[in-house]
Amino acid sequence: MTDVRLDRRRLIAVGGCALASGMAGLVLPVRATGLAPTPSMAGGANNYRPGAPIVERIGGGGFWMTGTVRRAGDGAPLAGQRIQIWAHTTEGYESDQRSHGATLTDANGVFRLEMPQIVPAFGQPHGHLAYDGGTYRTVFLRPVMPSSKDKRLEAHFVLEPV
Amino acid sequence: MNALGGRGAKLTRILTVWAALAIALVVPIAAAAASPLLAWRDPVYIAAGFAGIAALGLQLVQPLLAGGYLPGFSAYRGRRLHRWIGAVLVLAVVIHVAGLWLTSPPDVVDALQFASPTPFSNWGVIAMWAVFAVALLALLRRRLRISPRVWRIGHLTLALVIVLGSIVHAVLIEGTMETLSKVALCALVLVGTAKVVADLWGRAKRSASP
Repeated sequence: MTDVRLDRRRLIAVGGCALASGMAGLVLPVRATGLAPTPSMAGGANNYRPGAPIVERIGGGGFWMTGTVRRAGDGAPLAGQRIQIWAHTTEGYESDQRSHGATLTDANGVFRLEMPQIVPAFGQPHGHLAYDGGTYRTVFLRPVMPSSKDKRLEAHFVLEPV
Repeated sequence: MNALGGRGAKLTRILTVWAALAIALVVPIAAAAASPLLAWRDPVYIAAGFAGIAALGLQLVQPLLAGGYLPGFSAYRGRRLHRWIGAVLVLAVVIHVAGLWLTSPPDVVDALQFASPTPFSNWGVIAMWAVFAVALLALLRRRLRISPRVWRIGHLTLALVIVLGSIVHAVLIEGTMETLSKVALCALVLVGTAKVVADLWGRAKRSASP
């Protein structure tokens, strides 16, 4: 009877050690990889139109959407990535084709696209951005402007390979 | 002379109360009508927004009628009007949600599923269901033979949910409503509702005690 208890105790001890080392094994690579991927935001995909063309500028401009695209883990900047941008602006609704446009990141993984002034819609002034290139997991962002009078808005992507 | 003076004072009081109510309702609507945001919204979106403002305004009228605080109205006529305005309130909420749905279906679908990124949507949806529930309860009151006590508790509880939900919903929104007049209207709705709830609660307690 005592033996059995001892065995059980040993079993728990050994099992616990195995579990602990297993957990450490799981945790360590994550710590080594560093930068976590950006999750999609709730409502980010609303009024998304796949395949919006790359444009010089959306409409008349006057407002700047800027940001960066980096790789999950090492944080390396990703060049040539297509980011689609849309919003309810002084020129049209989120759902209007003319409110959508895409741009590419430069060698430093930076993108910037001029677009019309964003106005509050559905309760708050916000923009929409999508990475939908296919090489990495698709991400939809819906950043809110601190003030509806702001002339620029930033959003950053950390992408995870598919 | 004395009687005439008394009647004059009474008339002045009646006019003052009604004028104050009219100002409380008209000023927020007029301020919203002057919003620069309207320039970038189409008629459906504008109608949806104003239906929402109207629904908030009617929530000031409802407790005043229920409590009999509006002079010149008998308790009977006050209750009848309360019922009609309740129906208009349901209609306003339907127009509000339907108009928003036409403007941006995915945003409304998110809100109805409580999956919206904006917390005020949840408060609005809760208030909407409470409005529908209170209307349904009023329609079925006779058929279900709801006792006055249960009726009062149910009706007042739902009214509180509607008022609190609507106020949080409205205050958190950055839209066509002008901030000061919006907060003032919300405060009046809250005070009016609190007063009638306290009065009815007190009346219920007094009638319950021997």
